Amino acid sequence: MQLIHCPWCGPREEVEFHYGGQAHIAYPEYPSALSDESWAHYVFFRDNTKGEFAERWSHSSGCRRWFNAVRDTRTYTFLKTYKIGEVAQ
Amino acid sequence: MSSERVDGSSRVDGYGRLDRSRTLRFTFDGQPYTGHPGDTIASALLANGVVVLGSSVKLGRSRGISASWTEDATGLIQIEEPFPEPMLLASAVELVDGMVVRGLNGQGRLAEVPDAARYDRRHHHVDTLVVGAGPAGLRAALAAARRGERVALIDDRPEAGGSLTGSETIDGRSSRHFVASVLADLAEYPDVLHLQRTTAFGHYDDGFVLALERRTDHLPATEAGNRSRQRVHRIRAQRVVVATGAHERPIVFADNDRPGIMLAASARDFLHRYGVLVGREVVLFTSHDGAYDTARDLAAAGASVTVVEARPQGPALEGVRAIPGARVIPGARVISTLADQEHQDGRIGAAVVIDAEGHEFFVNCDALLLSGGWNPTAHLFSHVRGALAYDSQLGAFKPAQSVPGTEVVGAAAGEGIQPGLVIWRVPGPRERQFVDVQRDSTVADIARAVGAGLRSVEHVKRYTTIGTAHDQGKTSGMIAAGITAELMNRPIEELGTTTFRPPYVPVAFAALAGRERGELFDPARKTALHEWHVKAGAVFEDVGQWKRARHYPKPGEDMEAAVLRECAAVRTGVGILDGSTLGKIDVQGPDAPALLDLMYTNMMSSLKVGSVRYGVMCGVDGMVIDDGTVVRLAEDRYMVITTTGGAAKILDWMEEWVQTEWPHLKVKLASVTEQWAVFPVVGPRSREVIGEVFGDLDVSNEAFGFMTWRDTELGGVPVRLARISFSGELAYEVNVNAWYAEAVWLKLLEAGAKHNITPYGTETMHVLRAEKGYPIIGQDTDGTVTPQDLGMGWAVSKKKPDFVGKRSFARAENQNPLRKQLVGLLPTDESTKLPEGSQIVEFAADGVLPAPPVPMLGHVTSSYRSAALGRPFALALLKGGRERIGDVVHVPVGEQLVAAQITSAVLVDPEGARRDG
Amino acid sequence: MARTLQRSHPLQSYESAFAALPEGISVKAEPYLSMTDLRLPEDVDGPLGKALPREPGGWVSTADGLIVWLGPDEWLVLSGSRGPGELEADLRDLARPNQGSAVDVSAQRISLRVRGRHARDLLSGGCSIDLHPSVFQNGRSAQTTLGLTGVVLLALGADGDDFRILVRSSFAGYLAEWLVDAATEYR
Repeated sequence: MQLIHCPWCGPREEVEFHYGGQAHIAYPEYPSALSDESWAHYVFFRDNTKGEFAERWSHSSGCRRWFNAVRDTRTYTFLKTYKIGEVAQ
Repeated sequence: MSSERVDGSSRVDGYGRLDRSRTLRFTFDGQPYTGHPGDTIASALLANGVVVLGSSVKLGRSRGISASWTEDATGLIQIEEPFPEPMLLASAVELVDGMVVRGLNGQGRLAEVPDAARYDRRHHHVDTLVVGAGPAGLRAALAAARRGERVALIDDRPEAGGSLTGSETIDGRSSRHFVASVLADLAEYPDVLHLQRTTAFGHYDDGFVLALERRTDHLPATEAGNRSRQRVHRIRAQRVVVATGAHERPIVFADNDRPGIMLAASARDFLHRYGVLVGREVVLFTSHDGAYDTARDLAAAGASVTVVEARPQGPALEGVRAIPGARVIPGARVISTLADQEHQDGRIGAAVVIDAEGHEFFVNCDALLLSGGWNPTAHLFSHVRGALAYDSQLGAFKPAQSVPGTEVVGAAAGEGIQPGLVIWRVPGPRERQFVDVQRDSTVADIARAVGAGLRSVEHVKRYTTIGTAHDQGKTSGMIAAGITAELMNRPIEELGTTTFRPPYVPVAFAALAGRERGELFDPARKTALHEWHVKAGAVFEDVGQWKRARHYPKPGEDMEAAVLRECAAVRTGVGILDGSTLGKIDVQGPDAPALLDLMYTNMMSSLKVGSVRYGVMCGVDGMVIDDGTVVRLAEDRYMVITTTGGAAKILDWMEEWVQTEWPHLKVKLASVTEQWAVFPVVGPRSREVIGEVFGDLDVSNEAFGFMTWRDTELGGVPVRLARISFSGELAYEVNVNAWYAEAVWLKLLEAGAKHNITPYGTETMHVLRAEKGYPIIGQDTDGTVTPQDLGMGWAVSKKKPDFVGKRSFARAENQNPLRKQLVGLLPTDESTKLPEGSQIVEFAADGVLPAPPVPMLGHVTSSYRSAALGRPFALALLKGGRERIGDVVHVPVGEQLVAAQITSAVLVDPEGARRDG
Repeated sequence: MARTLQRSHPLQSYESAFAALPEGISVKAEPYLSMTDLRLPEDVDGPLGKALPREPGGWVSTADGLIVWLGPDEWLVLSGSRGPGELEADLRDLARPNQGSAVDVSAQRISLRVRGRHARDLLSGGCSIDLHPSVFQNGRSAQTTLGLTGVVLLALGADGDDFRILVRSSFAGYLAEWLVDAATEYR
């Protein structure tokens, strides 16, 4: 049972959290201006990184806040968590 | 099976930490025996001369006790009483009075009655967790306690001390005094948790250790009280100190699996802990100085000891050479064994020894003790990916790197283990040289694996099954690696060893389940009216975690009859439903309209205060994820109603967008699912009931139109009414603070009595909505269905520049006219209720299903008997369905093809004439 | 108009089971507290801002109840004297100018008080956070999981033997069963 550091509540067991996929994928400003292919990339395509990967998590059983994390996909180690709108240092 | 009572106990006076003033009775394979408090089943059996316990799983060879604790590979038993439990180790089960024990021939037997014992768990947070209360662990725990830390010290045996026999000297005191004084010191610290009989069985990320405490099995039944039988401790530690000692390593030779063959230190343990001398004529086969402690102690206790010493020069240390009562044969090896002639049960009778000159001879013995060295017990280090490295001095792998937060101390780190001659096996017939005695796996099996081209110890393990038994290779793993390396002619450093994985010892599922059994297995969510439903005789169904009243059968009614009655009552009179489980979200703030315009396919900003609108929500892929009504409470406030199953998911979904994508929107969300009790009062007579209960309100269609809401009050309590219908009938949804749920419900029933108001359940609700073609998201949809597929293009705004899912509607695939669409199906025989999930195929004129592959056109999503139609009907997702209305298709039901006509999904009141009463 | 409707709560049927708990553990339902979910911008200032616990996982007493931190922009305000509608209206007046929100959630959760020398041990049977009084003491709170249900857990007192649990009303029966079952250990 890993601990995940909620930027607000501190370390909690991973079962209190929900995974939200890759972070920093912005919703396109003008979806209607995109080709079918570009739109499909937004909807369906995500990186499959080996190593450091920025992803979104929600402390769903706690304060219900979404935040970002950088995790090493080889070891599952959380290298950093940071609030939405912040930049990973 | 052969086991017998031998007159003349092997118990020796002056040894052991038993309470010999008390006698415990037990039976083994039907024979009565006695032991003492402090005994294990193994020590009591050995004390009674019982050497053979059972037979092996594959070859049926006799098996006895080969170690004094959980590393024993062979001494498996079945407990019959106090409660049936299979595959336990005689060496690790403490004896209590009245036990009924059987030896095992291969497999055990699970209990056929429920286990009434309690199992639970505890969470702990400590600065330092020390696993193992031997000398190294005790010192580490005391040092941490003295630093003011929160400490847990856990140890798997009944008493602290580890491998100490009590006769050693530590810090100038007897080791027994050392242990007692450390424990007394630790007891002074309030934040030190000390648990014996507690086995750390898994070490996970971030200092998390799971440990199993055996709490009551060693107690007489009268003393256990209400204590849980076993407890899983979930310990979160800043620092984990692994002080788990080492496991002794056997040496492999032919016929090395006989009862009476045992690890050397275990024989010493049996003597000092239990006062049991495992043999009178003992052969000790070793290659290092550490084993001479056993020779000395057993000789002192009265055994005649022959040490077969593999090293040509004999023991390295001067002090161990001369042991009174023992003879040492240097440069010799045990090459095989012979069975005892008298007992005829396979037990050891003699060791076949070859000396330095190559002479073979027998040494008669009733115990053959083995010690090829010691393997550090590094499991808990290995669990957290700690790397092990081969130490050629020890002939074992030991912790190499450091792992943050984990320290290994004492013998587990390889400290204090005397080096010797590393010897895995002696030459001899491979097929009789057992490596994993429990699995009946031999050197020949390893040779076959290597011969088959396997090059990794992990693969060899799986090919040979070595190390896969209850003991997980505690004693066999290292020698298997060593022998594999020899056979492959590769250095063992390169080959490596198998990975240790949790659990370190077998753990019962009951212990892992803890209290999460029966009623506590999964929480049952209940509405404020639950008790009323129970009293009314409701049959419940699970909807997610909710318990919902499914129907209310009257005496003699089955579900079909009850549902037909409830449906008829709603369509002709008035019914009432507990709809409180619907998800409810309060959406507040100046940007609430903007947010809902983005979340819903339809326009919510144009909704007037006082009105209600049905809405559909899609994912970015354009597929429907939820639906429900939206109530506009104020310019800056809405209440969003979700499906029962979608409540948490949709709140999370909306929060995700607000928090991550549109944080600039000034809007806040709050769940109010349990805040509001919701009772739809439905049917042509509902207006009369509502009008009577809420006398202050004009309930006429003109004053209170469809899809509007009004605030009123009842008995001083605010109530909100909404003209929403999920059945097509005139309906008023009554919303009230759930504190008043029962009071309001009873008022409605009271006023409705003269109209024969009928409480109805979810099954009736489903039938009524299906008759109107209203889909249930998740039943009539499966994540691949667009609003257009459902015939709800009218709910998709053309005016809004964007909303979640909009762009996907324009994708070519979503324009395909052959997409599956929601339609109705009417079986033409007017009697068959099509099973939900049935496939739909083209009509076959000859009534015979064509040869496969049969093109599938779609499937039945909902199917009911309709009181209003007087026949069964179904909803279905059908390829290009709306263009095919009027066609007849076939639905295979069992061996039959049932013909069904495709219809509009709306089967009752397509004009919508009934909703206004 | 004077209230004439009877109230009911989901723990009524557990009162006798709570009364029969063994020595060292006491559980008491605290029904009918008014509660409002208050959302305000994180940087809200003024008297309202000052009254709120700003540190994550904190709660403070007020004249007629308490305020619990639920998130960086979210608080649960409890009142023992104001009615549900009154509390929501009071807070909505304060929240609105700050572009916040106030929602009556009085029936969304129910409060239980768990006390006694076994209280901490009992809760540690189903709660993974550190409840040691040096860490979780008077003024601290946590939204976490107890058994298999979400709770807001409040520490009262300095000795780790007094807690308040706020649980969703639909899970209250489950939690009551769990607490009564867990107390078997001390019989």
